Amino acid sequence: MTTTYGVLSEGLEKHYGDVHALRGLDLAVAEGTVCGVLGPNGAGKTTAVRVLTTLTAPDGGSARVAGHDVVREAGAVRAAIGVTGQNASVDGELSGRQNLRLFAKLLRFRGEAARARADELLERFELTEAADRPARTYSGGMRRRLDLAASLLTRPRVLFLDEPTAGLDPHSRNQIWAAVRELADRGTTVLLTTQYLEEADQLADDIVLIDQGRVAHRGTPTELKARIGSYAEVVVPHESALVPAAGVLDQLTGTEPVLDHERRTVGAVATDTTLTLPRIVRELDAAGVPVIDASLRPPTLDEVFLRLTDRGDGRTSPPLKETAA
Amino acid sequence: MSSTALTHEQTVTPATSAPIADALAMLGRHLQRIKAAPGVMILTQTMPITMLLFFGYVFGSALAMPGQEYRAFLVPGLLAATAANGIMVGMFQASQDCHRGVMDRLRTLPMSRAAVPFGQTAADLLTTAIGMIPLILVGLAVGWRIEGGPLAALGAFGLLLLLRFATSWLGCWLGLLIRNEEIAGQLGSATFILPLLSSAYIPTDNLPGWLRTVAEWNPISAMASATRELFGNASPAADAAWPVAHPVAGTLAWSVVLLAVFVPLSVRRHARGGE
Repeated sequence: MTTTYGVLSEGLEKHYGDVHALRGLDLAVAEGTVCGVLGPNGAGKTTAVRVLTTLTAPDGGSARVAGHDVVREAGAVRAAIGVTGQNASVDGELSGRQNLRLFAKLLRFRGEAARARADELLERFELTEAADRPARTYSGGMRRRLDLAASLLTRPRVLFLDEPTAGLDPHSRNQIWAAVRELADRGTTVLLTTQYLEEADQLADDIVLIDQGRVAHRGTPTELKARIGSYAEVVVPHESALVPAAGVLDQLTGTEPVLDHERRTVGAVATDTTLTLPRIVRELDAAGVPVIDASLRPPTLDEVFLRLTDRGDGRTSPPLKETAA
Repeated sequence: MSSTALTHEQTVTPATSAPIADALAMLGRHLQRIKAAPGVMILTQTMPITMLLFFGYVFGSALAMPGQEYRAFLVPGLLAATAANGIMVGMFQASQDCHRGVMDRLRTLPMSRAAVPFGQTAADLLTTAIGMIPLILVGLAVGWRIEGGPLAALGAFGLLLLLRFATSWLGCWLGLLIRNEEIAGQLGSATFILPLLSSAYIPTDNLPGWLRTVAEWNPISAMASATRELFGNASPAADAAWPVAHPVAGTLAWSVVLLAVFVPLSVRRHARGGE
């Protein structure tokens, strides 16, 4: 079976002066899937979206979106995509309704069809009441919803969302998530960038971690979690037991434990999948370390992210340091 | 929750470009913006009237020219200054669009790239044509007259709008270069000085030599002299620099040069998103 890709990039390079925003970025998003691009500020997420949506020409490498080259066939790419950026890209002086009608006309809807499509999207995103107010008077969530509505006037084959829920209230965030899931169900390929690990975990089929303009790791949310193992945490009754407990965990996991004097806990990443909670407790007991609570749980995506991007950075030690007392 | 598909969705966007429909849609957008916030437009259009009354009655009383005669000299000059005002307006609008992000959406739509600056400059042309009417009425009230033929008068209006169109393309390019509406606003205010260095408000004959040369090569001087000639208010000074001695040809030449340079530059700059 041949896989067709909604987004396929090879060795994308982009620099602004001395700043290398993209250093050989390879992305492959299978058609009809949701790809979550995670990375810290400055990792190159927004630049990648700008190159893939034809806003910025790459300095090197190539990319195809919906099967079209982003440089040579930019017009065909634009006809196939929807884009919602970090900053709501609507005209603040125009009302929500006027904005949607304008973009609909530019997408070749005839007069009546433009009006009808604008009205139904306003209703879909609960903007009917505010439809005739200037968009600059909208709250952040309303603007973002309007921006997403503008990206969905036609059904895009590939939808790009650049941090679509940054700073939003839970209601707006849920509406945007629901719209993304529904589009994905109907076959739209979605590439979304986010700093929220929960968002990627909730929406994405595949996660790409990018750091310093290149891919640090990729995989499904489950694979990524499995790759880093689990997280063992032990709570002791008094501070003097912290160091002995850390010694035992160090021996069991082979990774440097993190001490939290305030909470009297010691934690360590366990890459050995055969390690069990009873064994941890037994070893602690055998070493005479008093334990009042212990857990062995899958790491949060935050922990995955911190470790994997740090390793991708070339540093060998995990970014786990003793927390100050 | 209802579905995004609903009933009026269109899945296919035709790949054929429709530059005229796109430019008309963009023109409509600018007119809607003016309707939503008419303050700026009213301010820019009433400014020349304020200046006519201020210069015509306050400063004019200190000039060698009799008041009535000076006001008749001033009206065509103010119309010429209005024509040059396209720099300020064009610069502000283009930089505002870049600054506020709406340009990014337009640049990801499968629309004609040239339609964005064309829509902006066409809207500016339309509002200028209407906005000149109050100034003309007040001008007539303070004693200015159209003394030439009706065809020549139409020619004067046509020339004024042509230069306005040209300067608004220059402004559009500058706005795409600046991409920051505060800076564009401040620079725009500074363009107030341009008509002061021309024959818009004062005759250039008495200026010191080098300043006279600068003023006469200012396109606003050619425009002012052309307007005065076509309205039958004054003949061009034969001893002036070429654009002022032949003001109609001079204004046409300035406009064509500005358009030939800044239309392609603006379209290209817009297509590349200011990079």
